[in-house]
Amino acid sequence: MFKLNTGLILATAALAVAGCAKKRPEVLPPAPTAGPLQEVAPTGPSGPVGGEVVPGSNADFQRSVTSNTVLFGLDQYDIDPAARAILDTQAAWLQRYPDRRITIEGHCDERGTREYNLALGDRRANAAKNYLAARGVNASRMSVISYGSERPAATGSDEEAYAQNRRAVTIVLG
Amino acid sequence: MIRSLTLALLLAASAPVLAGAQEPAPAPQEAPAPAAAPAQGDQGGLVVDVEGGISAPMPIAVPTMPTQAVVQTPAGSTDALGRQLSEIIANDLRNSGLFTPLPAAQLRSPTVPEVTAPTYDYWSTTGAQSLVQGFIRANGDGNLTVGCYLYDVAARTELTRQGFVVPPADWRRAAHKCADTIYARLTGEGPYFDSRVVYVSETGPKAKRIKRLAIMDQDGANHRFLTNGQSIVLTPRFAPNQQSIVYMSYVGKIPSIYVYDIGSGRQRLVVQNVATTFAPRFSPDGRYILFSMAQGGNTDIYRVSAQGGSPQRLTNSPGIDTGGSYSPDGSRIVFESDRSGGQQLYVMNADGSNQQRISFGGGRYATPVWSPRGDLIAFTKLAGNFRVGIMSPSGGGEKLLTDSWSDEGPSWSPNGRVVTFMRSGRGAGGAAQLWSVDLTGVNERRIPTPLGGSDPAWGPLRP
Repeated sequence: MFKLNTGLILATAALAVAGCAKKRPEVLPPAPTAGPLQEVAPTGPSGPVGGEVVPGSNADFQRSVTSNTVLFGLDQYDIDPAARAILDTQAAWLQRYPDRRITIEGHCDERGTREYNLALGDRRANAAKNYLAARGVNASRMSVISYGSERPAATGSDEEAYAQNRRAVTIVLG
Repeated sequence: MIRSLTLALLLAASAPVLAGAQEPAPAPQEAPAPAAAPAQGDQGGLVVDVEGGISAPMPIAVPTMPTQAVVQTPAGSTDALGRQLSEIIANDLRNSGLFTPLPAAQLRSPTVPEVTAPTYDYWSTTGAQSLVQGFIRANGDGNLTVGCYLYDVAARTELTRQGFVVPPADWRRAAHKCADTIYARLTGEGPYFDSRVVYVSETGPKAKRIKRLAIMDQDGANHRFLTNGQSIVLTPRFAPNQQSIVYMSYVGKIPSIYVYDIGSGRQRLVVQNVATTFAPRFSPDGRYILFSMAQGGNTDIYRVSAQGGSPQRLTNSPGIDTGGSYSPDGSRIVFESDRSGGQQLYVMNADGSNQQRISFGGGRYATPVWSPRGDLIAFTKLAGNFRVGIMSPSGGGEKLLTDSWSDEGPSWSPNGRVVTFMRSGRGAGGAAQLWSVDLTGVNERRIPTPLGGSDPAWGPLRP
């Protein structure tokens, strides 16, 4: 619940800022749910909220990239165009801060057996890692960890939740 | 803290046990006699079919066990223990699905002399086909002696008897050993009640669930936690000698397999590496640990000495090979692989040679585990629901035992006639619980745990 509340506060704050900058949003954002708040990483260190963001920090990373999370299809681990676009922004940030190290978490939905999911999460994390490496991020800066289905981002048992849970999450260390 | 149990075969088959204050010195043995031959044909003709075609569970009477003298022991007074022992025995037999114990409150408790000379005239009026009697006695050395006798009520004959000497802390084990004696004699199957289950206790919200290793008797008694929940722990499995447990832990955020020593509570890393190691399982002789290692997105099966050292790679496919489990003779390994596209079951020789697919039904197959009897492989079938099933090691005779939304990860009872598994509920509040089912698929029951439970592993029969 704490994570969700934080996410809602952030989303509300973002809307308020947007409201100041522009007269009004052209398209109303979707109603807040537990679902679309995946930009707020459920794991890893979180940066200062509302305060100054340290350049090169994980909070700076999260603010700078399209998303710290890329999603995968059912039992899939290929990097699709949407994931490529996200990872390109991650690669660009990592080029700006060449001393920063990252870990990539691989996750699965709950509709797989436990040990297979551990292997599949490793596949997904490595798919993201390999893409970033191809975009020029030195492999020695990246580690991977598979959580299988142990740490879902969404806790429902439906396709919408499963789609959010099949993911690789990039976290800046330190 | 687990003390070894010294079991003695106290009672020579022909000797009158309780004839006098001075018993003849028993001939102690390390282990109880081997299971009796299948109860077929002669000797009253009581037969219980474990595998199927059961018309009705056998009515059985398990009256309160009398005591020669009421003595206070660290486990309680002997008269209270006599009542509890009969309750545990009746509960074991009931849980097998093969027996219907008559309500104890309606049964007359035998006197000590009647334990070896049943009042058949009375028991024949109760509807019981078989009768379990026994006694409990506090010995001068602080141990307890439990006698256990099985009678055929209609034939008015004794079918078997056993005596058990236990320290007070292990008093429940005497009841399980007695129930095992009854079960083995009447079914012809191996015993399984005197055994333990190690599993992962679960609590807390689904997105941040706290998982702890826990161990308990197969009936849920003597429960205790082994780890504190600071790190995720998964897939514990007993060593064949039951002195240790191999499992996976996220301690230090490096998911790896560890061996937990039950006696000392110490844990040691099995394989020093930076890659993820998981899905561990001991070989039947305890000398090796089979495990999976994920490297660069590829997962293969390896074998390493239980003492550590350099792993030997057994599979080399570009897909996910995991979930290895040895045949009881150690010569073969069943595992799952998605090399054909989806998860399927394969059998290979222990050195990794001759890999053959054995599952060909619709859907995916996962988490294979070889029966300790060698005759069957239990698995999870993924086809809409997750269901627990069995098939022969050559892939024939597939039979699904459960049908629920999410049943996963079977583990065999020591006699290979029951499997325990985890059943998960849907949604944010969906908890996992431990269940068991026998080979008929009919006798499905939940195993009580203090919190949620997953990844159960049934240990071997205790010595």
